[in-house]
Amino acid sequence: MEIQVIGGAANKIAVAMVPFKAAPGQPVPALTQIAGDDLNRSGQFRLVDAGGMPQPAESAQVNYGAWRSKGADAMVVGQVIALPGGRFEIRFRLLDVVKQTQLAGYSYTISAAQWRATAHQIANIVYEKLTGIPGAFGSRIAYVQKRGKSFELRVADADGQTPRTVVRSVEPLISPMFSPDGSRLAYVSFEDKKPIVYVQSLQDGARRKLAAFKGSNSAPAWSPDGRRLAVVLTRDEASQIYLINADGSGLARLTKGGNIDTEPVFSPDGQTLYFTSDRGGSAQIYRMAASGGEPRRVTFNGSYNVSPTISPDGRHLAYISRDGGRFSVVLHELASGQTRVLTDTARDESPSFAPNGQAVLYATVEGGRGILGTVSLDGKTRARLSEPGVDAREPAWGP
Amino acid sequence: MLVSRRGTLRGVNPALLSRQAVFVNKEERLMNKIFWPILLALTLSACGTTGGTQATVEDRTGGKAASAGQAAGAGKTAGTETTALGGAGVAGSALDGSYAGDPRKNPASPLSTRSIFFDFDSFVVKAEYRPVLEAHAGYLLSKRDARVILQGNADERGSREYNLALGQKRAEAVRKALAVLGVAEAQLEAVSFGEEKPRNEASTEEAYAENRRTDVVYADE
Repeated sequence: MEIQVIGGAANKIAVAMVPFKAAPGQPVPALTQIAGDDLNRSGQFRLVDAGGMPQPAESAQVNYGAWRSKGADAMVVGQVIALPGGRFEIRFRLLDVVKQTQLAGYSYTISAAQWRATAHQIANIVYEKLTGIPGAFGSRIAYVQKRGKSFELRVADADGQTPRTVVRSVEPLISPMFSPDGSRLAYVSFEDKKPIVYVQSLQDGARRKLAAFKGSNSAPAWSPDGRRLAVVLTRDEASQIYLINADGSGLARLTKGGNIDTEPVFSPDGQTLYFTSDRGGSAQIYRMAASGGEPRRVTFNGSYNVSPTISPDGRHLAYISRDGGRFSVVLHELASGQTRVLTDTARDESPSFAPNGQAVLYATVEGGRGILGTVSLDGKTRARLSEPGVDAREPAWGP
Repeated sequence: MLVSRRGTLRGVNPALLSRQAVFVNKEERLMNKIFWPILLALTLSACGTTGGTQATVEDRTGGKAASAGQAAGAGKTAGTETTALGGAGVAGSALDGSYAGDPRKNPASPLSTRSIFFDFDSFVVKAEYRPVLEAHAGYLLSKRDARVILQGNADERGSREYNLALGQKRAEAVRKALAVLGVAEAQLEAVSFGEEKPRNEASTEEAYAENRRTDVVYADE
C-alpha cells in the first residue's frame, strides 16, 4: 500500500534518515525508507533529504554542522552486517544534531524475514525518544478486502504492508476486532446466509462460532482482559447488546427494549460500554456500565453519530458523524464534550484508535472504491493506505 | 386454533377477500383507519382458512396436471423475485385453474411477491403489502412445516453494523406482521444482511430504494 500524507503539524521534528551502510555488493533493505515512512505518516516529523550527503554509520563520522545546515534536528545512522547462516546484525543510532549527542543506540540480530519488523522498531524508538509517546509502528491492522465476488479478511502491518489473508469467503465479512493480546480475531461472517460471530486464532487459523443464535449475530467487541466479548444479538427482539465469555459460555443480556442497540465497545478499564442506539429517536452514542444499568446519552450534535471507538487512555471517543449527507470522523473529548471533525471525506466508516492513541484508522471511499486511511488527532495529517484495484473496508487497529 | 368470523367466505381468493371484507362492518372500518396490523389480526381468521383452502386447491391441481405448461411456468419464475408493489391486478387469478405448480411461484399470486420495500430510515411495512403478507401467512398456516427466513436489507449509507440493525428492524417488522396473522414463531426467522448484499450496487437514490427491503425466502426453495 502506498502512503500519502496530506498536510501535517506546524512544528514538525526534522529527522534525517541516513541510508544504512553495508558491505559492497550486499543488498541493503529499505530500512530507513520504511522507518521514514512510518515517521512521516505520523505527521509529527519532517524527513530531511539525505541526498548528496556523506552517509556516516557511526556518530564519530558525523559532520553535525552540515546536517544542521540542512535543517535536521535529529538523524538516524546505522549499518547492516551480514552474519553466517543468513542472519544480519543491524546497528543504529539516533543522534541529536543540535546537541551533538546520542539519544539512543541499538543492535539487533535478525533473520531475513524480520527486515520490516526491525524498521518499524527503529521508527518506534525514534518516535518515543523525540515525542515522549510510544510508537505504534510495529502494530497490525485487520480489514476486509473485496476482490471481485470474494471477500478476504486480511491482517497487515500498520503501514498496510505484508498483508496476509486469514479468511476468504464468497459471502460478506465485516466487523473484525483483535483480541487485546492480538492473538485472535473476532469477526462477523455471512457464510451461513446470516450474520454469525466467529473467533479465530491467528496462530493456527482454527476458529469457532462464538454467537450463532436465532436471528442475527454481530458487532463483537473484546473486553480489555480478553475474557469476554460484547455482541449484538436479535434472538429476543431487535438488536440488543449481550455479554458472552470468549469460550461461548455465560451469555447475559445487557440492554433491554425494542430499539436498536449496537456497536458496543469497552472502555479501557472494562467498566463502561459505549454503543450506538436509536432509543432517543436518532442514532446516537450512549454509555452504560458493563455490569448493566441505565444508559446515558453521550452525543447530542446532529442526527447520526455511530461506530464509537475509544482511545487507549479513555479520554477520547472517535466516531462517525453525519452532517448534511457527509459521513466524517469526529473526535470527541469526553471530559469537555468538545468535538472536532478530523476528515474532509464524505463516506467515512469504521474508525479505530491506534494502540498509542495518536491516530485513528478509518475506511472511506475515493474514486468509487473503498480505501483505508489514518488521521492524526489534530486532523492535520491524513495518510492513505491504498492498493490499486482493491476495495478495502472495515479496518480495525490491533496491538 | 383459528376461528373464522366469516366462514361463508371460505374458498374465496384471499386477495379479493382482504379487499372486499375490509368494510364488512363499522368496527372494521374503524380499525382500518387506526392501525392496519390490527386489521390484519381481525382478518387473519378468514385469511388463514381461505388461504389454506386456496393452497389445498392448488396442490390438488398441481398433482393432477404435471403438464408441460407447469414446467414452463415454473421455469419462468424460478429464482425470480418480483418487485411488483401492491395487490393491483392480483385478485381473482389464483383460482382460475390456469396455473398448476408451486403456488408460491405463481406469478399471478401475491405469494410470488417476495420483497417488501421500505422508505429511507423507516421500518414501517406499508399498507400496500397487506395482500402479500396475507397470502404468505395463509400459505404458512396451511403448511405448518414450511419455514421462512425474512432477510432485512439496508442501503449503503452509514455504518455497516448500524445498517445491519436497520435491516434487522425491517425483517422484524415483516416477522411481526406475519406473527400477527397467526403464523407460528417457529416458522419464522428474521435475519439481516444490512448493506452487505445490495440488489442494486449503484450509489443512486433509485438503487438505495431497491436495497431498503425485506426478502421473504422459504427454507425449502
